[in-house]
Amino acid sequence: MTPDAAPRRNLNGYDTRPALAPGTVTKEKTTMKQNRQHTRPARAIAAAAGALAIASGAAHAAAAEDAVAPLDQTQVLLDTMWVMTAGFLVFFMNAGFALVESGFCRSKNAVNILTKNFIVVAIASLMFWATGFALMFGDGSAFIGLNGFFLAGPDNSPLTDSTGYQGVFSSLAWTGVPLEAKFFFQLVFAATAATIVSGAVAERIKFQAYILFAALLVAVMYPVTGHWIWGGGWLANLGFHDFAGSTVVHSVGGWAALLGILFLGPRIGKYGKDGSINAIPGHSMALATLGGLILWLGWFGFNPGSTMAANTDIARIAVTTAMAAAAGVAAATAYAWLRLGTPDLSMIVNGSLAGLVAITASCAVVSITDSVFIGLIAGALVVEAVITFDKLHIDDPVGATSVHLVNGIWGTLAVGLFANPAVQDGVTGLFHGGGFRQLGVQVLGVAVVGAFTVALSAALWFVTRAVLGMRVSPDEEYMGLDKSEMGLEAYPSDVTTGEYTRAREA
Amino acid sequence: MKKVEAIIKPFKLEEVKEALSAVGIQGITVTEVKGFGRQKGHKELYRGAEYVVEFLPKVKLEIVIPDDKLEGVVNAIVKAASTGRIGDGKLFVSIVDDAIRIRTGESGNLAIE
Repeated sequence: MTPDAAPRRNLNGYDTRPALAPGTVTKEKTTMKQNRQHTRPARAIAAAAGALAIASGAAHAAAAEDAVAPLDQTQVLLDTMWVMTAGFLVFFMNAGFALVESGFCRSKNAVNILTKNFIVVAIASLMFWATGFALMFGDGSAFIGLNGFFLAGPDNSPLTDSTGYQGVFSSLAWTGVPLEAKFFFQLVFAATAATIVSGAVAERIKFQAYILFAALLVAVMYPVTGHWIWGGGWLANLGFHDFAGSTVVHSVGGWAALLGILFLGPRIGKYGKDGSINAIPGHSMALATLGGLILWLGWFGFNPGSTMAANTDIARIAVTTAMAAAAGVAAATAYAWLRLGTPDLSMIVNGSLAGLVAITASCAVVSITDSVFIGLIAGALVVEAVITFDKLHIDDPVGATSVHLVNGIWGTLAVGLFANPAVQDGVTGLFHGGGFRQLGVQVLGVAVVGAFTVALSAALWFVTRAVLGMRVSPDEEYMGLDKSEMGLEAYPSDVTTGEYTRAREA
Repeated sequence: MKKVEAIIKPFKLEEVKEALSAVGIQGITVTEVKGFGRQKGHKELYRGAEYVVEFLPKVKLEIVIPDDKLEGVVNAIVKAASTGRIGDGKLFVSIVDDAIRIRTGESGNLAIE
């Protein structure tokens, strides 16, 4: 325990130091506060300090007695409101995923995919509360958190008095919001990771197999690599930077999805015996488009909310996020048009998501100009990835692997290329004079998280298949999962429904 | 009595209906159908893979008429449904044995006039 050593932390402020012993906290608190400010651009600090002085002067005089130690009540209130609002936006992304995935699937499987998207929010909530949050953010080793199951503390945040942090979630002690706000914000992220898988394995996986896998993903897989990066684990200590989760959320979900596809095989009829690739058009581009726009909106909670503080950085982060998405759309449209002959709407929707996934890691540390470059490459990359996966006969009905895996990796590497100390102090990429150091750490993180997630998801899919079976029968697949598994159609057209029934009763 | 079945382009339905009204036809049954003739289908593209839409949407009209109205009805449909391009559809005429109006029990020409 060396409280005076220079703290190592990545730029979103995740404190990567080991848990503090109760006796050392008072001294530690000062260091933490100074360090948190140090990582922000000077103009942001000045603006925030100005706003604070006005707000606290009007409302709360109590916190002013010690300018450094206890958090200002008004700032805690603002931070909490922002983190919760951003969390609500991220929650709404589940609606976006539900619409994109059901729109890209056939109508005969619509109820099935919608049910999965709905249920996974509940499963993720329960699992993340039970084990996920503790394994990810609880105090433990460099590899796994081991405290705070079922959100059992202790935890005295927000730190509005002078006792300093006392609790088992010291990796989140840097943010000035109540524990419930920290938990809620991280919970909606976990739900997002679990949802990524459902689209990739759609139209052929057994319902209960998906539910079991999603539960295991949130309970044990997502939190472990998350701990390495956000929970004060070993990758964080190496300086690996992933602000809002290109790797933590998206590539982990993407790897799990890819392994699911490999275990399942393609949908019947997708690839001919001669190797030909057949189109299986989605049943509603209207739903998919609405879903894409909802996800785009939700991302303004996902990225700017990851400050976990109400500060002026959120404006810049919202703009890098918006520009990358716009560039992703533009590039996907142009690339699909040139490469395939038409500006395919399904590719354009994927293009926006690709830009958003790609900017997620670097949104706080790159310039707005560079965010456009990151998005442009993401948009071209996602179209090429869809074509390539199809050639490899990896059948992904919604392009989840192309969006979340390929661009999760690209976005993580982009930190090592574009991170700009003029935007935010602390991380410097290759193109801004940082040499290969940051890029090397990013490559290492991508490789190690990838290897771990591939191995563990293979094991989890294997267990799932052994316990429950994995794929529906060919007859069930032809009939559609809505009739065979759910017993309910999304668009019933039978003569025993609607007006015919009423006519008969009359 | 004769039955005329006409398969036409969907966007021509309104014109055909008006032309039939003009020659005194009071009842038409319409069905949305799919099929192809010499027009064949066309190709579409989804996520880089091509697929052929072989069965094109058409509208089928069924009209049962007294023998003396046949010529007027056929001319009205052909004139109204024609664009001069491939895919305009076809018209089939057959003999109908009888017709009965369910409400009154009337049969023959009484049931269709």
